[in-house]
Amino acid sequence: MAVGFLSGRSGAGTLDARGRAHLLRALLPALSLAIVVVAIAWLNPRAISYFGFTLMLNLAIPIALATIAQMFVIAGNELDLSIGTFVGFVGCVTATWLREAPLLGVATLVGGILVYAALGALIHLRNLPSVVVTLGMSFVWQGLAILLLPKPGGKAPDWLLAMTGFKPPFVPFPILAALVIAGVVQFALMRTSYGAILRGSGGNPSALARAGWSLLTTKIVLFSLAGFFGVLSGLALIGITTSADANIGNGYTLLAIAGVILGGGEFVGGRVSPVGSVIGALTLALAASPLLTFMRIPPDWQVAANGAILIIVLAARALISRRET
Amino acid sequence: MSPETASNIVKLDGVEKHFGAVRALVGVDFMIRSGECIGLVGHNGAGKSTLMHVVAGTLQPSGGRITVGGGIEENYSVVRAQKLGIRCVFQELSLCPNLSVAENTRINHQSLRGLGWRKRAAALIKAKLDEIFPGHDIGASDIVRDLSIGRRQMVEVARAFTVTDDPLDLVILDEPTSSLDARTASQLLAFVRRFVAAGGSCILISHLLGEVLENADRIVVMRDGKVVAADAASAFDRDKLVTAMGGVEPRGRVAAEAAARDREKGALRVRARPARQTDGAELVAREGEIIGLAGLAGHGQTALLLAIFEAAARRRPGIEVTAPVALVAGDRQSDGIFPQWSIAENIGIRSIAKLRNGLLISPQREAELAQYWQRRIKIRTPDIANNILSLSGGNQQKALFARALGSDARIILMDDPMRGVDIGTKLDVYDLLREEARNGRTFLWYTTETEELDNCDHVYVFQSGRIVADLSRGELTEEKVIQSSFAGAS
Repeated sequence: MAVGFLSGRSGAGTLDARGRAHLLRALLPALSLAIVVVAIAWLNPRAISYFGFTLMLNLAIPIALATIAQMFVIAGNELDLSIGTFVGFVGCVTATWLREAPLLGVATLVGGILVYAALGALIHLRNLPSVVVTLGMSFVWQGLAILLLPKPGGKAPDWLLAMTGFKPPFVPFPILAALVIAGVVQFALMRTSYGAILRGSGGNPSALARAGWSLLTTKIVLFSLAGFFGVLSGLALIGITTSADANIGNGYTLLAIAGVILGGGEFVGGRVSPVGSVIGALTLALAASPLLTFMRIPPDWQVAANGAILIIVLAARALISRRET
Repeated sequence: MSPETASNIVKLDGVEKHFGAVRALVGVDFMIRSGECIGLVGHNGAGKSTLMHVVAGTLQPSGGRITVGGGIEENYSVVRAQKLGIRCVFQELSLCPNLSVAENTRINHQSLRGLGWRKRAAALIKAKLDEIFPGHDIGASDIVRDLSIGRRQMVEVARAFTVTDDPLDLVILDEPTSSLDARTASQLLAFVRRFVAAGGSCILISHLLGEVLENADRIVVMRDGKVVAADAASAFDRDKLVTAMGGVEPRGRVAAEAAARDREKGALRVRARPARQTDGAELVAREGEIIGLAGLAGHGQTALLLAIFEAAARRRPGIEVTAPVALVAGDRQSDGIFPQWSIAENIGIRSIAKLRNGLLISPQREAELAQYWQRRIKIRTPDIANNILSLSGGNQQKALFARALGSDARIILMDDPMRGVDIGTKLDVYDLLREEARNGRTFLWYTTETEELDNCDHVYVFQSGRIVADLSRGELTEEKVIQSSFAGAS
């Protein structure tokens, strides 16, 4: 039999190099977070305290939740360009109906998740590019938010304020919340048996279909989870800011995508990491304003500086990924 | 159990499958009994893989009847096939690269869920890998992406033989040893024999005829979407199989006078050695020759054409090209046409330098070029300014030929360009190719259709990325081409 030459067995040496690249890649999100924290500590040692972290990371929780939402969509090889305006819409519902007419508010939020599920079904059944569908939806959510709350205002329900104002002993609330979110999602997506199916639907959809799984179901589930975490993100955001604005979530779309990629995810291939995504979101939240403020960068330049940090971290990741293959 | 009394696992009666106008299966009768291993052989496009997709439930037949275990299946599907104990290892790998070996096992087993599913899945696949490939070094938690192609195939095969709730009666193995080395391949085939001896059934598709002759109880030969021979393996030998697959009736030769051409005469145009070549064989093409690249699909022909194409622009070791080249792509939708452009623009793109007027492209010269080739190659359209998509598939392909022939290229590389083209178009193009060759052009023609090789002055047969035969026109028979394509099996 003359088939031996086809089986390309990689030698032990290359496997080691690949293993190192693997490790580096897995550690990169944590490493970039550590660098940002160390830089803040160096610039302003007083920020590294219970109170400092509570203040600096407050807005990281809604970003982390939006990032998790985006991560579910990316796990199925799609992209959600509407998550930011959806979070804004949820915020407006939360600050108005959820306080004044809780039943209507809850029904609207559940309806939002159902719309997400329907989008997943539509994208799968009609084989539409998700970028186009969700870009369209982003204007729909924005429009609905403006209809609901033409001027900034409203007020968060008291129970929500009580939840986000919770001060646990020793560990700042945002860190605790980040740990819980990362732990729960990591278990659900990476450890459960259906989580493997969901990730497989991004890795090799046709293999999954051949094994008798419904790709329609996996897509609906992934989009519903995105909608669910989008709702949580909107709730957390309003709990922290106490009032809403129709444009409040607009920046989240790109932050969420950046968070997933920063956390070790890939746009295609079902390769995502819940823990990494949360770390990515925290890094972005810290790098966004606390770090830059401590660096005495004027607010006018902060957005550009933020973008520069993103490019540096993502470039480092791209370099490591190349060594991996 | 003698084969006569054994029960049928699967029986197909008059199964048909059409993809548009292409008839992949034309009334196939096929059956497999429990406790036997069937070898399924046939040349490119004979319909083997389509037939197996039908048996595995991944393709719905356009007509005919499927009977499994005695019951007629009306709504046959993958899920149903799995319930009935039928598994298939497909030729293209169907593992999820982002998941671990254990998680990939989970995908095939609905019952691997709940507490401890990861441990159970890992134990299941580990035990089967140990059983089939003793001494393997695959871990259940290894991510598939990190495994070599050979190890992935081992995982895929082992996974097909794992059992939880559903029974396991029939496993279809489509080229299972193609990525395995000699040791693991023999481990697998030994396991298949044990599996069959224990009452299971197996369908083995392989282009390695020796492998099939040694391991199958019965051999089914397919050709042009039909079963053309089916008998006990002992009734076949290598030559009989080759004859059944290809037929040996001599066909009328086109332009036989060209046979006597002296190969040493013309100026050298291309001299190329495939990257995988271990001996001294190389492809040589001279001025005015039509050179055929034959063999099974995907055995390095396209790779060599692309290497020659690149070598024309930038020197590459082992390849010598002495004149400008043009490539006629086989997959015209993805590599050939510009769908937004007109027919004339599609033809002119390779000759922009010639059509230029200052900085701009002269529409008049572009139209002249296109009209000239429209007449010569007979593109059927009222107006060459129409969009390229207004043409039928065959005429689109003609436009691609016109693009190459209208250029300054003296060497034309053709990557199986006649795939899915009607016979009328083919005859138009064949005539033109011979005429252009007489005018001194050189053609390198990869084709999966053996009849087309009759147009060639010289044919190189490829196998596994290497030239395994070098046939002059006088020596060329379909039998020889098939014989060499399937070489190395014994």
